[in-house]
Amino acid sequence: MQWFDALVQGILLGGMYAQYALGMALMFGVMRIVNISHGDLVILLSLIGISMATAWGLAPVSVLIILVPLAVLMGWVLQKLVLNRVVGSDPLPSLIATFGLSIALQNLMLQIWSANSRSLPGHGIESQSIEIGGIYIGLLPLIVLAVATGLTWGVDLMLKHTRFGRALRAASSDVEAAAMTGINPRAVYALATAVAVGILGFAAVFQSLRSTVAPADGPAQLIYAFEAVIIGGMGAVWGAFLGSMVLGISQAIGFRIDPGFGVLAGHIVFLIVLATRPQGLFGKAST
Amino acid sequence: MTAVLSTHGLIARYGDFQALYGVDTELHAGEAVALIGANGAGKSTFLRSIMGLLPVGREMVLLDGEPIGGTATDRMVQKGIAIVPEGRRLFTGMSVEDNLRVAIDQAARFGAKGGWTLTRLQKLFPILAEKARAPVQSLSGGQQQMVAIGRALLCQPRVLLCDEISLGLAPKVIREIYAALPEIRAAGTAMIVVEQDVGLAQSASDRLYCMLEGRVTLTGKSGDVTREQIGKAYFGAGHAVV
Repeated sequence: MQWFDALVQGILLGGMYAQYALGMALMFGVMRIVNISHGDLVILLSLIGISMATAWGLAPVSVLIILVPLAVLMGWVLQKLVLNRVVGSDPLPSLIATFGLSIALQNLMLQIWSANSRSLPGHGIESQSIEIGGIYIGLLPLIVLAVATGLTWGVDLMLKHTRFGRALRAASSDVEAAAMTGINPRAVYALATAVAVGILGFAAVFQSLRSTVAPADGPAQLIYAFEAVIIGGMGAVWGAFLGSMVLGISQAIGFRIDPGFGVLAGHIVFLIVLATRPQGLFGKAST
Repeated sequence: MTAVLSTHGLIARYGDFQALYGVDTELHAGEAVALIGANGAGKSTFLRSIMGLLPVGREMVLLDGEPIGGTATDRMVQKGIAIVPEGRRLFTGMSVEDNLRVAIDQAARFGAKGGWTLTRLQKLFPILAEKARAPVQSLSGGQQQMVAIGRALLCQPRVLLCDEISLGLAPKVIREIYAALPEIRAAGTAMIVVEQDVGLAQSASDRLYCMLEGRVTLTGKSGDVTREQIGKAYFGAGHAVV
């Protein structure tokens, strides 16, 4: 029972990671842009959300409604101003540019919000739970998992069936050939990053509801997102979702073995996958 | 009669290496022009320069008399020039139909008018209908070439550039592909065909240009130029066609 409970809690934790990982799956998995500032953007959005909630007394849903469009705009500006200048077959320029951005963002946040941990007041939603057969399932983690599933499903459909999705897949496959087919790759990438960062708007609200955030927390979120995408397999959005589940379950089981072992257990599973199946559990071997 | 597409003193370089030394060409409406020459003569560079894939001067490329040299590639497509690139450059990981849909999407986005539809294309190359759902990398070379031609046509071009569409294909497949060219021309599309096979180039075109070391060394009606003339222009003076 204890282990079944760990499994359930792991899946719920995976739901949170899936929200970080989905944006990463789009940027890193599909566009091959290494965005080191991924986690810092989540924290930045979280802190903006918390400040809005405390200043105007907003409920989490209202924060979400304001924060997601803001995140979309932020992603679009990020791609236009920074990433479109460094995008290409070589991942190194985007890595360096966003590494610098990451440090700048962390220091900016420290300046504005100080190093204190904060969280978004959820008015009780964060402590509610449902009991099913002796296992307590938190209402908030359940919502997080449902939202993550919905977002993944939406992004997958978008990639497969829309004009924008096809253009994005084409540009990711061969940028020059995409341009030869009339696609403006920079416009497509700007929109894709807008979507990816927009998803981080959701992640930011839920992250700051379920725990606390502080300006230096970004890199840890970045690692989880990277690990989930790589465990799942590059380029597959459902792969990133399932990778998040693997990561969440590994950590939850690790925590049951020893409270200090949880995070490490996740990293170990990631390393085992990387060593034995580098294309990811659900990815195809590259040709 | 003004040319649809013309180049004037077209110069292109890769860094310090100059690949084209002032190339003058003309392409008239509905015409098919062949571009022949040895490897490294600058044929592909010439097509890439027209497409805006290499930096060239604005006045060096004219479309309907309007200077367009060096315009971004996607804007070139919008203006009505499409290319079947060397090596096909299909979108791997996507199905045949999705590869074609990308072109249909973009043509719809910029409101390009033209007679090419998926159905018409599937009539021209029936394999595109049979393999619609197949991942594009699972197709044979010839079938992939048909997808590449289809993708370019669905951009609804007035000018189609074909870069070595016979490269690496079996003679039977080459004949099949070249048999489709008259229908493409009948649709009013002007073509520049880069081709290694001189005989094939002559039979598929109205006029031809021969290039050598980044310069045009021969031009004339495809039916009129002799093997000897081509031999001289192809290899430089003093050699004969084997």
